[in-house]
Amino acid sequence: MADSALNLEELKRLAPPAELQRAPVVEGNKGLGWLTDKLSVFAEGKTPLWWWILFLPAAFAATVIFPVCLFYQVFTGVGVWGNNHPVMWGLDIVNFIWWVGVAHAGTLISALLFLTKQHWRTTIGRMAEAMTVFSVMMAGLYPAIHVGRAWFDWFMFPVPNSNGLWPQFRSPLMWDVFAVNTYLVVSSLFWFMGMIPDFAVLRDRATTRIRKTIFTFLAMGWTGSARQWHNYEKAYVVLCGLCTLLVFTVSSIVGLDFCTAQIAGWHATIFPLYFVIGAVFCGFGMMLVILIPLRKWCGLENIITMSHIDKVAKLALVSGLIIDYIYLMEFFIAWYSGDPYERWVFGHRLFGHTYWVLGWALIFINVGVTQLLWIKKVRSNLLWLFVIGILINCGMWCERFVIVVGSLYQDFLPANWGKYMPTIWDIGLYIGTLGAFFMLYLLFVKFLPIIAISEVKGVMPEADPHHPLGGAKKGDHQ
Amino acid sequence: MSEKVYGLIAEFDSPAAILHAAEKVRDAGYRRWDAFTPFPIHGMDKVMKLGNSLVGWVALGGGVFMFAQIFGLIWFSNAFDYPIIVGGKPMFSVPMTFVPAYIMLIMGGAIGALLGMFGLNQLPRLHHPLLDKKRFELVSRDKFILLIGAQDEKFCATETKKFLESIGGTHVEIVEDKD
Repeated sequence: MADSALNLEELKRLAPPAELQRAPVVEGNKGLGWLTDKLSVFAEGKTPLWWWILFLPAAFAATVIFPVCLFYQVFTGVGVWGNNHPVMWGLDIVNFIWWVGVAHAGTLISALLFLTKQHWRTTIGRMAEAMTVFSVMMAGLYPAIHVGRAWFDWFMFPVPNSNGLWPQFRSPLMWDVFAVNTYLVVSSLFWFMGMIPDFAVLRDRATTRIRKTIFTFLAMGWTGSARQWHNYEKAYVVLCGLCTLLVFTVSSIVGLDFCTAQIAGWHATIFPLYFVIGAVFCGFGMMLVILIPLRKWCGLENIITMSHIDKVAKLALVSGLIIDYIYLMEFFIAWYSGDPYERWVFGHRLFGHTYWVLGWALIFINVGVTQLLWIKKVRSNLLWLFVIGILINCGMWCERFVIVVGSLYQDFLPANWGKYMPTIWDIGLYIGTLGAFFMLYLLFVKFLPIIAISEVKGVMPEADPHHPLGGAKKGDHQ
Repeated sequence: MSEKVYGLIAEFDSPAAILHAAEKVRDAGYRRWDAFTPFPIHGMDKVMKLGNSLVGWVALGGGVFMFAQIFGLIWFSNAFDYPIIVGGKPMFSVPMTFVPAYIMLIMGGAIGALLGMFGLNQLPRLHHPLLDKKRFELVSRDKFILLIGAQDEKFCATETKKFLESIGGTHVEIVEDKD
């Protein structure tokens, strides 16, 4: 022990000045045992009041409003929504893109930051992955019922059938079926595999028989042997790589749904990139909305530190700036193209009637409010960040509305023009999916390990066999 | 229910301690041994000479298989079994086939990675002899356990126990295999 104490002193002497050091991943770390308690106690403890206060309305929306709107629409037809000629894509597609967007930042935080070896992602990665899984579920629902006859959804899958028909693979809408389903499967697998070692932690800590049984099943016999970790780490890297590809693929394909159409305002090559970045931006906003209350209520302020929140805010700023650039390019190209229809559509986004409010709202939020994140004071104020997070989500929702409806309602022939107003069933379904998302998320928060316990432990100095805290002695070198 | 000896376990306090102990176990000529840790320990795979994990190859296999499947399926369904002209596009072309095939490559790769990990780790299993040990529960917390299997040629209940104690292991215990 004396040796390692000496080593620590020496380490302090050799360390770079304070302003050059990296912020520790976990603040006030008191060792691996303490960390295990801290990270698993919430899933084991008594359900707090705030959980019920949030859960009950979410569950009401998910189990009453959601099925009522869903069944009414499925039994009656798409006509219960405001969709009608010429605006055949209304709130259903707007919300579809919005939910896919929310999903993307989760994967990006978890997978891309793993590949770039950002240790801080270990503390928020699991929450981000859960956000991805649940929001892809919500996203996938919309196209499935938008087809009108939901009982024919199986037509979209290449199933041999008595009609001898096959899906038509030349359409990006068909690619979407594959993209969204793959996204759901792969992100769920990634989420689940990451949790296996943590299920083992909860299994070993279980005090009641029922907990022990459940987590024994979920942990699948994980023992944490070096051989298991060896294969596990490899599988994790592979899954991270594949998930990162998905971030760039799924939204690109959603973008292709639009840009292969001839409609002015959609027919632009920038769309795949535009949708990816928009998705990521929106997701970082949602991440702020979820992280800020949870870190306080679950007592995780030492784990999800201000430095991590700051980094999420900076990533939101970066993606926001790219979005701003894309807005600029969109308007510039619309003007530069000389195409009267393009010019008409883009002019009407800001100076048309009815939808100009949303056009300016998205400019105000995505171009204006986002710039507040440059200021360090704002990035260190949780209330500001929470509000900005909510605003970003609203702003991105407006953007999708403006793209989808704003391009459709006035196309090439004035005889074709029309209006779109969401009905109560459109809005009810959206509230229902929001409720379902938050209900699932709260169940996850209460019953599953919300922080990747083994991953956080793995990036602590105590976990490094070449660090004095990990037990290395002076002159220890392999 | 015959009770066989599964192996001997010894406990260590830090990653460095178990890494050095693992080196000594390897140098002593044991072959069937393993280290159980709360997180992967940097350098352990080198000490155990684990080489490159095969999971990557399983994932690649899954991905390529799915890619080929979808490529074939699209040709079969849209160009061979029920050709139908849509917008004057060719019945079969690489650009339109590539996107869904690529997406399914990702799906195949991911499923391959997960199943490969399960297969190579012999998971899922409902029980493991080590899980009977009370002290083993600490492995998922902050302890590091080294196991020398009874199937090792050099294994000897008394000698190996002494050896484990000599390299700094505490709580050296026999693990029974009750299956």
